Amino acid sequence: MQVFDLSALDRLVQVLGERGYLVIGPVLRDGAIVYDEITSSRDLPIGWTDLQEGGSYRLHKRADQARFGYVVGPHSWKRYLFPPEVRLWQLRRSRDGYLGSRQSSGQTGDNGQLDAISPATQGDLSPPRQAFIGVRSCELHAIHIQDRVFGAGNGARGAARGTPNWHDPVYARRRHDAFLVSVQCTQAGGTCFCTSMGTGPKAESGFDLALTEVIDGKEHYFAVEAGSDRGREVLEEVPHRAATDTEAEAAARAVARSVDQMDSGVRGRTMETAGIKELLYRNQEHPRWDEVAQRCLACANCTMVCPTCFCSNVEDKSDITGEHAERWRRWDSCFHRDFSYLHGGSVRPSTRARYRQWMTHKLASWIDQFGTSGCVGCGRCITWCPVGIDITEEVAAIRASDAQHREGEKSG
Amino acid sequence: MATSATSDSPLREHGVADPMMPRPFRITRKVKETHDTVTFDLVPADGGTIAGFAPGQFNMLYAFGIGEVPISISGDPANPEVLIHTLRAVGAVTRALCDARRGDIVGVRGPFGTAWPAEQARGDDIVLIAGGIGLAPLRPAFYRFLTDRRTYGRISLIYGARTPAELLYRRELEHWRGQFGLDVEVTVDHAAADWYGPVGVVTRLLSRVRFDPIDTTALLCGPEVMMRFAIRDLTRLGVADDHIFLSMERNMKCAIGFCGHCQFGPAFVCKDGPVFSYRDVARLLAVAEI
Repeated sequence: MQVFDLSALDRLVQVLGERGYLVIGPVLRDGAIVYDEITSSRDLPIGWTDLQEGGSYRLHKRADQARFGYVVGPHSWKRYLFPPEVRLWQLRRSRDGYLGSRQSSGQTGDNGQLDAISPATQGDLSPPRQAFIGVRSCELHAIHIQDRVFGAGNGARGAARGTPNWHDPVYARRRHDAFLVSVQCTQAGGTCFCTSMGTGPKAESGFDLALTEVIDGKEHYFAVEAGSDRGREVLEEVPHRAATDTEAEAAARAVARSVDQMDSGVRGRTMETAGIKELLYRNQEHPRWDEVAQRCLACANCTMVCPTCFCSNVEDKSDITGEHAERWRRWDSCFHRDFSYLHGGSVRPSTRARYRQWMTHKLASWIDQFGTSGCVGCGRCITWCPVGIDITEEVAAIRASDAQHREGEKSG
Repeated sequence: MATSATSDSPLREHGVADPMMPRPFRITRKVKETHDTVTFDLVPADGGTIAGFAPGQFNMLYAFGIGEVPISISGDPANPEVLIHTLRAVGAVTRALCDARRGDIVGVRGPFGTAWPAEQARGDDIVLIAGGIGLAPLRPAFYRFLTDRRTYGRISLIYGARTPAELLYRRELEHWRGQFGLDVEVTVDHAAADWYGPVGVVTRLLSRVRFDPIDTTALLCGPEVMMRFAIRDLTRLGVADDHIFLSMERNMKCAIGFCGHCQFGPAFVCKDGPVFSYRDVARLLAVAEI
């Protein structure tokens, strides 16, 4: 383990910039800590923390000058790997059909053929290389889950039937170039439950660099681990030294604190995940779905803030001349009534069915689809739900009466 | 964690062609099947060839600047020079597509999805049950069975439409109906005095065709309620769950498993379907609004 001091953080941002990365990190905006471009550590939310509960998010001044003294905000890194909206292509009518081009590529094919430009080299598919600073362990896991959704693990079921696996080039390009600087959690948030989901709080792998911020009396420094070759290369350019035993212990203690907070219930929550897929599959008609539907506004906030939700809409449009057409992809949500529309109506007209779809997908069918849960226990869906619906509470409610039901069957 | 963020990421090996880019096809023939349903013959406008397809698969058809819809392929898989689609005007995109004329351009992406079990069904009696536009996705399977006629046992087609005027492929149905070795039964929900065939739901015709339930593969395509009743009757007769196949319909935006719209329990209908074995989806069909 290595350490560097506060000033080295600026050097890290600078080195990443010199290497051609657009550096994105936490910033204070509109009363929340969100992710946006940063140029120095001065842009970080220094001395701020977030207080989170069901349906509540408040910023609060800390007693210290912590750079990463918050948990997670409404943004996740998803918006930089799977953009909220992206133009997939543009077409122009021609004598023999239409000509294709990607945004800002200016290239077209000829003789009515759609041009054979590589999906990875043009327009929206050629974004700046991005470096993310402040990736939490749950967020690293969320990124790895989306890797499966958009790439490697996608189509496991289809593959068994001989249908192809598609890779999304928009995601793949951004993901391939992304430089991930993880920051270990040294405090649990009010709605965190990563220890239940096995996704944190300590980032173990999948990062380029991982920092632990240690504030101990007058001492304020970062313990650093490199998780990849390019992480080691970048670290070489940032002044650092080997950690002393005391420093390494202090870093470990800081992370252990957040585990204790969640496990003891001081902060955060827990979710029992044993057999959760079967639990939800056999409780598709549980009365709890009716009950939660009385509270759920079907506003889609939970799906927008979720770091793994991947549903999108594909929108085609043309200009007033009818000669040009575009295709856009935009984030969509299973909470929208139109989401399941077929001629004649929606497959899931009721809020009950839509909440059930979201939660069952997230915690159960996701496992069948991608070999992993879709939930990383970040708590965003709880915090940003306007009525404070708590996914851990919903699972517990179903589990409680599922157990009763089976108990009743045994005794009856 | 299976993947890493390092430069040897497996994500580098992403697709070569862009699966979201429609390819221009030209309409070379347009047949009006009913008042709201047409059949198109399509050939590539870019001079290329048509990828083969398996019966049961679908394409995304694109109306320039308006939108895209999933439509099953309804032609003969043994004739790959032309792509045949039958579509009904029910929304903005299908209306625009149905209004297109011979010579016009239609965008095509595909083929996508799973196929009817032509191989698994070898040696079995075959029962095809179609409702309404559901005959279109079954027609390629029917062609395939006829091409390999000796490979299968008895072959039956049961087809129901709302009225005689809404029957698809009427001339072809009458031709098939006149052949030995095929049981073709057609019913309608409502009819005037000039209809001499059966009136009523399709499942009532099951007793009019011959098949041995123990060695039968049944293929179903139509409204979900029709398929539910057909499954009930077939299983009562003794046809096994894994010998009943159905083609499901869900909202689809991307057809490549990314947009999430077509989810049906754990299945993405676009790539795990549209053709499913009843055994695999029985649990889901039993739940409303899933």
